[in-house]
Amino acid sequence: MRLTVLKPGLLVTVQDLGRFGYGKYGVITSGAMDKESHRVANWLVGNPDEAAALEITWSGFSLRMEEDGWIAVTGGDLSPRIEDTPVPMWRPVYVRRDSVLTFQQVRFGCRAYLAVSGGLNVPKVMDSRSTYLRAGIGGWEGRPLHAGDRLSTYPSRLSNRSVDRSTITGAFYAPRWFALPGKIPATGQEVTVRAMPGRQYEDFDEVSRHGFFHQPFRIRPESDRMGYRLKGPDLRLTKAKEYVSEAVALGTIQVPADGQPIILMADRQTLGGYPKIAQIASVDIPLVAQLQPGGTLRFREITLREAERLRDERERELAIVREMIKRKIEGVVP
Amino acid sequence: MSKSYSMHPLGDAAVLVQLGDGITDAVHQRVVDFTQRVERNPFRGFIECVPSFTTLSIYYDPLTVQKPDDSSSTFDYVCSLLQERFKADEENGKQRSIQEVVDIPVCYGGDYGPDLEIVAEHNGITADEVIRLHSGQDYLVYVIGFAPGFPYIGGVPERIAAPRKQTPRPRIPAGSVGIAGTQTGIYPIETPGGWQIIGRTPLALFRPDRQPPTLLQCGQYIRFRPIDRRNMID
Repeated sequence: MRLTVLKPGLLVTVQDLGRFGYGKYGVITSGAMDKESHRVANWLVGNPDEAAALEITWSGFSLRMEEDGWIAVTGGDLSPRIEDTPVPMWRPVYVRRDSVLTFQQVRFGCRAYLAVSGGLNVPKVMDSRSTYLRAGIGGWEGRPLHAGDRLSTYPSRLSNRSVDRSTITGAFYAPRWFALPGKIPATGQEVTVRAMPGRQYEDFDEVSRHGFFHQPFRIRPESDRMGYRLKGPDLRLTKAKEYVSEAVALGTIQVPADGQPIILMADRQTLGGYPKIAQIASVDIPLVAQLQPGGTLRFREITLREAERLRDERERELAIVREMIKRKIEGVVP
Repeated sequence: MSKSYSMHPLGDAAVLVQLGDGITDAVHQRVVDFTQRVERNPFRGFIECVPSFTTLSIYYDPLTVQKPDDSSSTFDYVCSLLQERFKADEENGKQRSIQEVVDIPVCYGGDYGPDLEIVAEHNGITADEVIRLHSGQDYLVYVIGFAPGFPYIGGVPERIAAPRKQTPRPRIPAGSVGIAGTQTGIYPIETPGGWQIIGRTPLALFRPDRQPPTLLQCGQYIRFRPIDRRNMID
């Protein structure tokens, strides 16, 4: 399949699951913000987990399909359409040559994933196809997509022959079945995110520790793929202290001197020097990745053991989803 | 030196090992030693090590780690795997092996080092003295971080120490050599930054198409060497 970008939108990048093994060189992980949606999109078109797909942030993106083929859109609902017909999400969709796919309006969440059967054909840089924006490497020429960019995919594992083209009456064909969608917060919905006390939790005063787990936080507009800046109760240390920089992780919540926390996301630096008040359970990262600027969230305290159990449970559910998708698409998608 | 260490969760997919408190060469050696122990003998599910000044963080894929039984904690199990690797005595690899010192040519001052005079003035010495002191000793690369290939280097002589700029510059060119407090560093890629820029190296510190992808690595020693402007062209 070949694709041509018509409108670049706010921020559209090529991402896979991330760049691992290079943290000690100061190279960040990058990768899809909502990995769950990214993985499901790939499964729906017969791709392996690690295939590269597009992460579409907010609205305004459009592209043209230059060939017939299978695509899948998952993640946040950014009103995907082909010729004014809504494109169903969380299922494989057979599109025809010259179709124009647009993402015009944000309905739920804030990031959509577009997987194309075969996976996007971009070279691996340091073992990954993810875009590393700040270093200008990986993905599509190390940068967000521009109008006129022409992408292609590797050969698809799904056959085009399985579709009787005469049955496609409208702009595209989609089967009736769909994968169970991920948890995408509605606009304005307050979400609860589960988190564990962080390494320097005890260094915060009692009011701050209580406030952190009992008061709402708003996501400030200057949030991006690197981190979500929050606005909420002032978080203060019992006594001022200099911390030696140490490694951070996806979902680490650190608190700079201004007392307002930052959730570290996909494009976080490898090390951080601010105290870590908490750490988001990895099961809830996809939910956080879909929160819109201006949205609100609360943190609920859980233990490490609970976080591990929740993650294992979610992975078991996903394994079932994956198996069901596999059976469906092997038995010829329709 | 204390042989103790402590292990802490860094979320539900990483272990942070605390190996000391202060930024010293001895603690640094322990961090390097422990990193090598894990990297040479990785466990199933191991992703990577990220060493820092006094800690080492080990990232793992909880789905691939093979716990002996479903009811046990993945974190506890990974800690037990690490303990095995940390058990053997710490003697080997403890001394600084005779290492080459990485030569970093730097063109000081002028357009390449717009803050050289500021650093000189701040310390009441001449620009030439700043250059002489900055390039007059070996420095240990404690950690690589902040940007790909950016070395955190301490131990800059007090006589050339200088505070960060009040307002960070929006763009610092790749190769710029800066001073912040008693730290010195080299910007591998163009980024915003608040360090006092005293010169520039023509070397590429980040080279994503090579293995390893950075010129410098944690644990190496470097030495700055003053060069002429005309050596910057190539």
